[in-house]
Parts: sequence; C-alpha cells; structure tokens
Amino acid sequence: MDLLEKILGFGKKKSSHSNSKNIAKERLRLVLVHDRASISPQLLDALKEDMLDVISNYMDIDRRGTTVKLDSDDESIALIASIPVRGMNKGQRGMRF
Amino acid sequence: MGEVIVITSGKGGVGKTTTTANISTGLASMGKKVVMLDTDIGLRNLDVVMGLENRIVYDLVDVTQGNCRLKQALIKDKRFENLCLLPAAQTKDKTAVQPEQMKELCETLKKEFDYVIIDCPAGIEMGFKNATAGAERAIVVTTPEVSAVRDADRIIGLLEAAEIRNPELIINRIRPNMVKKGDMMDIDDMIDILAIDLLGVVPEDEFIVVSTNKGEPAVLDMKSVAGQAYRNISKRITGEDVPLIPLDADTGFLSKIKKFFGIQA
Repeated sequence: MDLLEKILGFGKKKSSHSNSKNIAKERLRLVLVHDRASISPQLLDALKEDMLDVISNYMDIDRRGTTVKLDSDDESIALIASIPVRGMNKGQRGMRF
Repeated sequence: MGEVIVITSGKGGVGKTTTTANISTGLASMGKKVVMLDTDIGLRNLDVVMGLENRIVYDLVDVTQGNCRLKQALIKDKRFENLCLLPAAQTKDKTAVQPEQMKELCETLKKEFDYVIIDCPAGIEMGFKNATAGAERAIVVTTPEVSAVRDADRIIGLLEAAEIRNPELIINRIRPNMVKKGDMMDIDDMIDILAIDLLGVVPEDEFIVVSTNKGEPAVLDMKSVAGQAYRNISKRITGEDVPLIPLDADTGFLSKIKKFFGIQA
C-alpha cells in the first residue's frame, strides 16, 4: 500500500512541495497595507499602549499577549486588535452602579 | 515634439539600465530618433551596457553647469545613427544637478528627438527627483520578488504625487518554470497588487549576461527570448498592439528547436 501510494503520489509530490508564491503574496499584501497607509510602527505602538490603558480601566487584560495590526480587504483597511481578557476589573468604573 | 519617459523601480538591481538600453535600441531600430539620459550620477552604467564607455568626453553635469554645449556631450551609438547617449557624471555627487535643470534639459531634447529615455537611479532621493522632473511618462520595472514589488508600489505612489499619471509596468526576469510550480508570483498576481497597466514581461535569459559582457543590447539578437520581449515592448511604447509572448514558449522541446533556428512565436 505504502509503495503503491508512493508510486501513485509521485507526480503529486512535486506540485505540492512548497508553493511559496502564496506566502510571498500574503507577506507582500500585509507589508503594502502598512506602506500605503503610511502608518509607522511607532505610531501603531503608541496607539496600542493608549488603547490598552483605556481598556484596563474596565478589564483585566494580558498586555503581553496583545497584538495590534492593520489588515485590508479589497476596499478598506481595518485595525485588528487581539486582546486576551483575564477577567473583569472589580470595583472599577464599569462595575460601580 | 518628442516624449520623455523615465525608467524607474525604487529597488536596485532589477534591470532599469538593461531595460533602458534595450528599449532605446529597440525604438532606434524602428527608425525613431532616441536619446538616452543616464541620471545615476556617481554610479554610471548605461555607457558600459551600451558599449560606449570609451567615447565619453563630457557628461550630464558638464551640460547643466555649462562646461560644454549639449551637442558636444551627446555620444552617437555605434549601431544606430539616430540613437544618442548623454552619460552621467562619475566623479560628482547627486546634488550636482537640480530638478529644474533636468526639466529644462528634457524640454530641449524633446524638440530634437522622438523619445527621451531616462535611466533613473535606485532610491527615492534626489536622484529620483532629478530623473522624474522632466518626464511625462513612466515605466516601472520590477522582478517577481516581495522586495522589488514592494518598492515598485512605493515608486508608483511617488510618481502619482509627482503628477506623472498612469505609469506602466515591466515584469523582468520571470522564470516560467518556477511560476508553473507555484514558486514565483505570476503576472496576474503582480498586476493585481500594483494595479497598473502591464507594458511587458521579460523572461529570465542568460543571454542578457552575454550581451552585457559584450556591450551589445539583447534586443538586436533575434534568438534571445529577452530580446524578443524587448522588441515587443518597444513596439508597444509607440502605440502598436502586440500580444504577450506565451511564457512557456521556451520550455518545450519543439520551441527550443524553433529558437535554435531563430523562429519566433
């Protein structure tokens, strides 16, 4: 069976071996989202810090596990933040009433 | 009145100078009056690619500073009477020329020639500003690599900011068998990403090395695939409608035989 697969799969192996062009396209797409929006990494980092300061008034979040990046589809650019929440901040503004 | 076209890319080493030499020679072989302008001050190369390095007396900076008349600095090509080169200065720096001077120079050359083809230096600094100052049309050269396409995207933005509308793209050094395997971005991928019109595709061709060694542009060699691509591009520049060469044309056994006998698709 194994041998048969090897023989039958011989032609396939070559074509599926890496296909690095899709990796190139995806990397290029993301790089260009930043380039075209002319948003510097420093600006994005400052934005991230400010955002996290605000959010931590309400929630207990994992600052280290947070990622903030830009992405785009055909028409628009989106700011995507992934912020792990550990729990709610007891006694903070959100819980007061 | 002629047309001023700048050949640019952002990234170095993608083939701006080779493209300039071949397009200019291609246009000249069609009977057009063409002048090449090397604006890569300090790193001049177009003279070597054209095989004209021994004929240089004056250069671009001599012209803009008034050390000589424009006619004195123009070097006549070996092969075509109607093809000239204005070489870059090798010993001066990029600030020796100002965009205003370039504009004026292009205006003057336009009156004499059908095409003024400008070889732009790599980068987006002074050299780029000088090269584009007098241009009304731009050709962006890229290779199928992330870094080159990224820089091309940047350059397209800068060209638009400089009000050079609708730049056209040349994809250089594409390898059909890598594209087929999915290991190289194909033409559509790059056109999608950069969103500009395609002027032509030049396959990777070892003959380019040979032609640069000799200082004879590949466009004049009837057996070279890259030469064929450059001939087609030259025709498209003049407005002729020429279809793209099929990319797998040089991989089959039959086409290899055809190529050997100099029969072109």
